[in-house]
Amino acid sequence: MDFDLSDDQKMLAKTVGDFGKKESTLERFRKLRDADGPGWDKATWKKMGELGWLSIPFPEEVGGLGGSFVDAGIVLEQLGKTLVPEPYLSSVVLGGHALWLGGASAQHEKFLAPMMEGDTTLSLAFTERGVRFDARCCTTTARRDGDGWVIAGEKSFVLDGHSADHFVVAAMSDEGMQLFVVDAADTARKTVRLMDGHRAAHVTLADVRVGEDRRLSARPATEVLERVLDFGAAATVAEGLGVAFAMLWMTVEYLKTREQFDVKIGTFQALQHRAVDMFVEVELLKSIHTESAVRASEDGEERARAVSAAKLQLAQGGQLVSRQAVQLHGGVGVTDEHDIGLYFKRMHSLVTLCGDEATHVARYAASMDAT
Amino acid sequence: MDLSFSPEEEAFRQEVRTWIAENMPPHLKAKAEHAAYFEMPEVMEWHKLLYAKGWVAPHWPKEFGGPGFSATQRFILGEELELAGAPPLSPFGLVMVAPLIMRFGNDAQRARFLPKILSGEEVWCQGYSEPNAGSDLASLRTMAVDAGDHFVVTGQKTWTTYAQYADWIFCLVRTSTEGKKQQGISFLLVEMNTPGVEVKPMQTLGDTPAFCDTFFDNAKVPKENLLGPLNGGWNLAKALLGHERTLVAAVGQTRRNLRLAKRLAAHHRGADGKPLIEDPHFRGKLARLEMRLRAHQMTNYRALAEQQKGHHPGPESSILKLVGSMLVQEADELCMEIMGQSSLAWHDDEAVEPFERWVPPTFCYDRATTIYAGSNEIQKNILAKLILGLPSA
Ligand SMILES: Cc1cc2nc3c(=O)[nH]c(=O)nc-3n(C[C@H](O)[C@H](O)[C@H](O)COP(=O)(O)OP(=O)(O)OC[C@H]3O[C@@H](n4cnc5c(N)ncnc54)[C@H](O)[C@@H]3O)c2cc1C
Repeated sequence: MDFDLSDDQKMLAKTVGDFGKKESTLERFRKLRDADGPGWDKATWKKMGELGWLSIPFPEEVGGLGGSFVDAGIVLEQLGKTLVPEPYLSSVVLGGHALWLGGASAQHEKFLAPMMEGDTTLSLAFTERGVRFDARCCTTTARRDGDGWVIAGEKSFVLDGHSADHFVVAAMSDEGMQLFVVDAADTARKTVRLMDGHRAAHVTLADVRVGEDRRLSARPATEVLERVLDFGAAATVAEGLGVAFAMLWMTVEYLKTREQFDVKIGTFQALQHRAVDMFVEVELLKSIHTESAVRASEDGEERARAVSAAKLQLAQGGQLVSRQAVQLHGGVGVTDEHDIGLYFKRMHSLVTLCGDEATHVARYAASMDAT
Repeated sequence: MDLSFSPEEEAFRQEVRTWIAENMPPHLKAKAEHAAYFEMPEVMEWHKLLYAKGWVAPHWPKEFGGPGFSATQRFILGEELELAGAPPLSPFGLVMVAPLIMRFGNDAQRARFLPKILSGEEVWCQGYSEPNAGSDLASLRTMAVDAGDHFVVTGQKTWTTYAQYADWIFCLVRTSTEGKKQQGISFLLVEMNTPGVEVKPMQTLGDTPAFCDTFFDNAKVPKENLLGPLNGGWNLAKALLGHERTLVAAVGQTRRNLRLAKRLAAHHRGADGKPLIEDPHFRGKLARLEMRLRAHQMTNYRALAEQQKGHHPGPESSILKLVGSMLVQEADELCMEIMGQSSLAWHDDEAVEPFERWVPPTFCYDRATTIYAGSNEIQKNILAKLILGLPSA
């Protein structure tokens, strides 16, 4: 067994990490969060494309760099450390992987390639109001119409859907679940502001007509969705690891500087133990993140189990870290002004997206060996 | 042993319930229904209605305008108000400074301040914490320098809840740098419109402007505003702590939160299409919370029974603060979990149902419950030292 990153991967981690420290600080995130714009910035996205970060997990035959999901995990972990707001999770992991797995080469060329270049973004439109983390429940419909399709329905909380150029839309047809690439311009969308400063959209598809060439039919849509949501869940864990790591060390630093009762508060054993509890959870998260990032690309039950176990660790351990980090900062931790709260809010999103704790525990329990 | 309320007490509960139902204005009811955040003017509107009814200060003795309630009646009133989702009254005047004015103030101070606290004509805030004096309050540095017939106050208070709406602030200030830190502190009442007093509101994690930095720059404060003896402020502060802790047991708040959680669980459906309240996982979680709350509530009743016998709340009241604050947070967390992806929406009226809108900001703001009024770590230190008798390092 070898848990080490290759030299190339170490280099990647360092490059992305340095980018966060120098070019996409928390201050930048805060500015974008508070401005009226989309919450992220196109020039930065383009740059990420040029650096190869957007194409790294995709195989060379679709124009990718031929890396693996582990590489995407490395990027996400580093982006999480300074809360880089660009739509990596929604566009590269969710939208991008759906296109890659479900699409044919003409579709890869038309929709995946410009995204990998950093010219466009994709969002996966699968969530609906009142449906709980289950992509199989879908009230949006698709019916054949001549040589094309007509799609009707509403999608809610489409991550970064407010700014996406194309949606990969899940819709139910007589022949079962289908995935289509729909131009954002053909939909009506409303921006929803999220707690963590990101945005989503409520997307209305009012009898949108698309050609057969917009259907992703390389694999059954349910299989694509299932795999993509596992990539997504593994991605929330990867980013969550970066968030938890940042919170842990920010808090340790605070314990070493904040003074009360004429001593550093880090000298109080009660707080030392709390910091150690946080550290232990981050280590567990790091381990299980490694497994989930590796297995996310595999077929079969072990993939689902590893991803769900990682998601549980994020929900339990990650949230212990985020809650205690606020607690140990005292009053300043409850201000919007202090950065610790930004991480606290992002952690809640990452825990929730692509299946919350209950969803993953239930899935794991269903596939668990009885002996 | 008798765990029941007397028929008179039950009748009183009914009376309170009916009065609230008939007298809470519709716009406040609508907000209560949605567990929404009350703006300060709304809080004061409610204050004045309760004042007119004679219920605004149930814990005040009759001689100062209180209704002469028993401890149980007070408790019932408080619980019913919280359960109805009524605006939580500003505690700084009614619960915090007023009892100190009654106990430590002179007649002129009682006559000057108490009636206007009661009527809501004057709003108060609490100026204890400073940037470098939070848990370690005795390290406070805001100076009040003797200048004959007045003090000159300079320094900074922080986390001052709702200072932007206050007419008065009660402060702990340093009047001497000699001896033990605690011995040089005085309790001073300062009018907010005094030249040199400046308030800068801050956003909380819930994106509400609920607290402020309060600056004092050579503010002249008449000597008659000194409460209690010069350099004797620490004793007043300690007397207040007990009040604060029983305030944060928050039984009613958690019960209301639990009710909201059930309502959310009836609204949101699981993957099988059934409401989450029928899902064993969520039903189990709701049940656990309700069961823990029961134990907390009984602990609260026990404390109350002691109080009825005339015992003052001792350090064991720290338990109420500890458990109450944790249950508030657990209930918030459960609400968020039940909401699923909707819990990501932030101050968005259209993305979620109206009764869901305030869940995420409340979840964020309530991280403060384990921090303010003496952090939970400090409460544990108190229990370890004063109840368990453990030696200090
Ligand atoms: C929403 C909100 C409203 C508030 N409103 C008011 C107000 O109106 N007026 C006012 O005066 N103050 C107010 N406060 C301030 C509050 O009382 C302080 O935040 C609190 O006393 C903690 O102080 P601190 O923030 O400086 O944290 P610190 O004291 O710096 O504590 C940081 C961390 O260290 C821990 N810690 C400190 N000492 C010890 C120890 N000896 N052992 C173990 N752990 C320790 C704390 O528990 C905390 O987790 C408010 C705070 C909040 C969050």
